[in-house]
Amino acid sequence: MTAVKTDERVQRISLFTKALRRPELGALIGALVIFTVFAVVDTTGQFAQLQGAAGWTKFAAPIGIVSIFVALLMIAGEFDLSSGVMVGSAGLLLGNLISEANMGVWPAILTTLVFAAFVGLANGYLVIKTGLPSFIVTLATFFVLKGMNLAVTKLITGTVRVDGVDTGEGFETARSWFATKIEFGGASFQVSVIWWIGFTIFATWLLTRTTFGNWIFASGGDPNAARNAGVPVARTKITLFVLTSVAAALVGCMTLLELRGMQAGQGIGQEFYYIIAAAVGGTLLTGGAGSAIGASIGAIIMGFAAIGIPYALWDQDWVSTFLGVILFLAVLVNTWLSKQAKGARK
Amino acid sequence: MSAKKSADPILELKGVGKSFGNVVALRDVDIAVFPGQVTCVLGDNGAGKSTLIKILSGVHKASEGEFLISGQKTEFNSPRDAMSKGIATVFQDLATVPLMSVWRNFFLGNEPKKWWKPLGILDTKFAKETAKAELLNMGIDLRDTNQAIGTLSGGERQAVAIARAVYFGANVLILDEPTSALGVRQSGIVLKYILAARERGVAVIFITHNPHHAFLVGDHFYLLNRGRMIASFVREKVQLDELIQAMAGGAELDTLTHEISVIRQD
Repeated sequence: MTAVKTDERVQRISLFTKALRRPELGALIGALVIFTVFAVVDTTGQFAQLQGAAGWTKFAAPIGIVSIFVALLMIAGEFDLSSGVMVGSAGLLLGNLISEANMGVWPAILTTLVFAAFVGLANGYLVIKTGLPSFIVTLATFFVLKGMNLAVTKLITGTVRVDGVDTGEGFETARSWFATKIEFGGASFQVSVIWWIGFTIFATWLLTRTTFGNWIFASGGDPNAARNAGVPVARTKITLFVLTSVAAALVGCMTLLELRGMQAGQGIGQEFYYIIAAAVGGTLLTGGAGSAIGASIGAIIMGFAAIGIPYALWDQDWVSTFLGVILFLAVLVNTWLSKQAKGARK
Repeated sequence: MSAKKSADPILELKGVGKSFGNVVALRDVDIAVFPGQVTCVLGDNGAGKSTLIKILSGVHKASEGEFLISGQKTEFNSPRDAMSKGIATVFQDLATVPLMSVWRNFFLGNEPKKWWKPLGILDTKFAKETAKAELLNMGIDLRDTNQAIGTLSGGERQAVAIARAVYFGANVLILDEPTSALGVRQSGIVLKYILAARERGVAVIFITHNPHHAFLVGDHFYLLNRGRMIASFVREKVQLDELIQAMAGGAELDTLTHEISVIRQD
């Protein structure tokens, strides 16, 4: 084997194959197709306009923010089923801290995020120490928090709702950061969209350009090999559980500030949206591969469906069915694409 | 023979034994490992090879005996300890992460960083170029280090793991059955890289149950059987037949031959 001689069995890698190797490609194609379909069946003439974009990004941003971190966690080989209910727990805690404990809004937000970090830490620590599947551990956390959300809220407020947060000190400034609207080209976009874009860029950088990102891939791809190479697998996974939990809590805070109150059942069921977004975006459910941009594209697809279906004057009850079909097709296509990219080896 | 032959062993075991509870896995093992030489440890299943590797790589502590590095008595508390002393182990199937690219695998756990180090920003340009150059040095010519390592053949993956250990300054390279899961051609590739590492002055410990592979590259041969060192040879004074005979347990093989011939006679 010499430097100049190339192996005759290795085919030239075309730009096409290189594109196939991108985990988010399937989602991107899917997003374009779905966008086109909804743009065609649209009856309002707004779907493909900025007004439409403001609509679907409003739906997609809170899902996207969490699903990015759910995707990172899934790449590291773990699930967090408590991420949906955490949105509710965080919002309710923040609401009670402001309206019942008379805390300033900013310190209350900080306290809420610290609480979420501890829940994430507990998730991660229990998964690592017990060796139980994260599916079970976080499912337990999910139900513990779900019960607490209802019980504690009723205990404190006497109802299943937290209210009266807009009198809190610093409410308007906090709102201007987390829940205001931004006028752009005659349409008003949620500020959460900017957070979402920011997190997408940050997570992509983290995943592909840092040591930690390398450890994420390795922890999910083959934890034994990673440990043998000196990667702190336990620390990497626990950190991701914390990040996921904090991201969900941030969305909880945003939701509370926007709605000026929250129901005790908020967020429940959202965990599946996050996992769907990550899976549609090319993240392997077995870990080891995936992308943050992919998860964001997955979230946009959900936004398309949530806005496009009513705009087409179809029955909105079909949104979930639509997402189910998309999930199945996307994972099917992603699996096929990754086989193609690997040259069908194994 | 060897370019950088040295008189002093870099690693030495003297009377090393290991027991787990009342099970004696290894007893009274003496090994000397020299830089720029390939030391083969041969043994059948259950001979104590795995235990020996684990003592050498710092996973287990020896129950008795002495562990010397460059003549100094040493004790390892963890594999990281062993690595910091320049002892690298390439485990059979646990060396690389299949879905990750070649360059990411090459630097896994030892990532090169740029700018402010604590931020942990990968120097991807350096990593890709270095991985390509280092692999080329070992005779592995890859056109694209971005490809997932799972797309390489088993032999090439072992070779990347070996090149990685050599690059990160391993003085002693322990290879755990690197050829056992490979075909003839692939095994040949790995054996070539073992010699390439040897030429760079690395002390290679080649653990195998295949006397043919050992004979092709080895300078010293140690035979383990039932937790004991039953024989040792140097390259100049041993024939392949002797090695196979000793490996199969000598007298045991004679008995087996006899028994089978009785059965076949009907």
